[in-house]
Amino acid sequence: MSDKTIYAIYDDDYVLLESAKHLVSKGIHIRDVFSPFPIHGIDPVIGLARTRIAMTAFIYGMIGVAIALAGMWYFMIQDWPLNIGGKPNFSLIDNIPSFVPVTFEFGVLCAAHGMAITYMLRNWTLPGFKAKNPYPRTTDDRFVMEIHASDSELSAEEIKAFIDETCVLEIDEK
Amino acid sequence: MHKEAAIREPLILGDDVTYSKITADVLHAIEHEPTKLWKVLMTIATITALWGIGCILYLVGTGIGTWGLNNTMGWAWDITNFVWWVGIGHAGTLISAVLLLFRQKWRMAINRPAEAMTIFAVFMAGTFPLVHMGRVWMAYWVFPLPNQFGSLWVNFNSPLLWDVFAISTYMSVSLVFWYIGLIPDFATVRDRASKPVQKLMYSLMSFGWTGNAKAWQRFEEVSLVLAGLATPLVFSVHSIVSMDFATSIVPGWHSTIFPPYFVAGAVFSGFAMVQTLMLIARKAMRLEYIITVKHIEYMNIVIIVTGGIVGVAYCTEFFIGWYTGVQYESYVYMSAGAATGPYAWAFWSLIFCNFINPAFLWFKKIRTSLTATFIIALIINIGMWFERFDIIVTCLSRDYLPSTWTMFFPTWVDLGVFIGTIGIFSVFYLLFLKYFPVLALNEVKTILKSSGERYKNMSDEDFKQLHPVFKTDIKVTNDTNNKDNEETTD
Repeated sequence: MSDKTIYAIYDDDYVLLESAKHLVSKGIHIRDVFSPFPIHGIDPVIGLARTRIAMTAFIYGMIGVAIALAGMWYFMIQDWPLNIGGKPNFSLIDNIPSFVPVTFEFGVLCAAHGMAITYMLRNWTLPGFKAKNPYPRTTDDRFVMEIHASDSELSAEEIKAFIDETCVLEIDEK
Repeated sequence: MHKEAAIREPLILGDDVTYSKITADVLHAIEHEPTKLWKVLMTIATITALWGIGCILYLVGTGIGTWGLNNTMGWAWDITNFVWWVGIGHAGTLISAVLLLFRQKWRMAINRPAEAMTIFAVFMAGTFPLVHMGRVWMAYWVFPLPNQFGSLWVNFNSPLLWDVFAISTYMSVSLVFWYIGLIPDFATVRDRASKPVQKLMYSLMSFGWTGNAKAWQRFEEVSLVLAGLATPLVFSVHSIVSMDFATSIVPGWHSTIFPPYFVAGAVFSGFAMVQTLMLIARKAMRLEYIITVKHIEYMNIVIIVTGGIVGVAYCTEFFIGWYTGVQYESYVYMSAGAATGPYAWAFWSLIFCNFINPAFLWFKKIRTSLTATFIIALIINIGMWFERFDIIVTCLSRDYLPSTWTMFFPTWVDLGVFIGTIGIFSVFYLLFLKYFPVLALNEVKTILKSSGERYKNMSDEDFKQLHPVFKTDIKVTNDTNNKDNEETTD
């Protein structure tokens, strides 16, 4: 009995959010929520920690900046210095003003793409993957809570009774 | 529930708008056979695109001598078109990134089509420097790759190389930003699709998106950070494009005002193009209740502001041309160069299209009129093309040595490639309108409760009646709990 998965299907984000608060106050753990758009305020209710994905962008960006500067130092100063319009060709520091644009662009390039790839991998969404949303309408106008009976002290029947107090559209068990 | 100020006009009109109605209306084009209008436009666009591809093939096969360029006029229509297309692209990024950072909700109805425009426009822009190389197959030489000439590297001091990095970064980052927003909407199409081929295609394109809470949390964070990255990017791109001119010593180009002047001009022309496309699309797709007259008006206000900046920049250039006392500068601006020289017609077209024409938008009646907006936007598009033509051709045709003075006459290949890119752009855009979710579904749905007309007119009591949380009135015992949770939520 304890490994049952209960799906509570709602037709409104506000109702789901308020119901989630009610269920959590009764000691029910909500494993996940599927919705067609982000429900603002649901993260702390179901106990989701803040994502750290923004930090990865900063790290990738810094790596990009470092690669760009190292590359330009090697190409323009170390390997083949050229006198172009009398611009300094013997020191990175003196020539840095004209390296700023490429440094910036390459930093942004690495930050954006690195973060996008990290995002895909962390979400495990890549071309050809199968969708795992329990009901197809969760990408249209349905809002679904996924509750595992084993996550809380209560039995599946008790959980369902609590869900039934809220204006739920349908309770499904799998 | 967060309500915004009642004084703000609603962004989604109609009393019957629900989440499923938004889905059905936005995906209508995907789920139904193409309309007659679409087929006609697609046929015209395809013929124009094929003509353009033919011209490009002829150009590459014969050489850029088929253009009207000569020793003095090393750049003319090609770079004019390049700057024009890149400029058009800027509106999309401004709407999706800068307005996201400013938390402007009206951006949500138009960011998807505007950003599609950005990406296709930047593709078209990239075509021109590429074909101008002559030997297109050697285009990879612009990248610092080890080579057989003793590893002779590209010149990182040159604005032309900065451009390579700026444009390619801009194109790929815009594409990523756009696609990340598209994934959840492709998932919506996938889950509604009934035909097997359609289901397979959209399954592939939606990357197996599930829309669970953690994914949405990451989605919002990634969108915000990408907006933060794209904002300085969009300003840097056109600044760098302007440095192609500003770092040279050609009189009329060598000017420190160029970077901000070009960025404002880019946003100005981009919004005009968004208006041109959006006014047709919203009507043809019957999405007038999501892309409302209010949206059109907001965009017109952006046009007034950026057009004003461009106007001030024109005046400044003239003032500085006179004030510096540099004879070459003042020649370009004050005498034969611009206003009275052989290209006076281009100059006065520019003044009419970009200086006088947008001034009509100061009147509320005109900026809320769809027909007037369409005409003004179209004229601005033409005017911004003339601006680049003026800067490039007028300045080059009258440089330091009168013995090198010459005129530029475009050939049919010049014209053909330009018209061809408009055709290719239109093909891309029409395909986008037919096969992609044209509006950011997931974003429009988030503002339905705060900015929808139906919800704005509703009292809190009515709202509770419409969306009751509990079946029976057991709320009394739970009220304290709810309040506690609400505090942590915010």
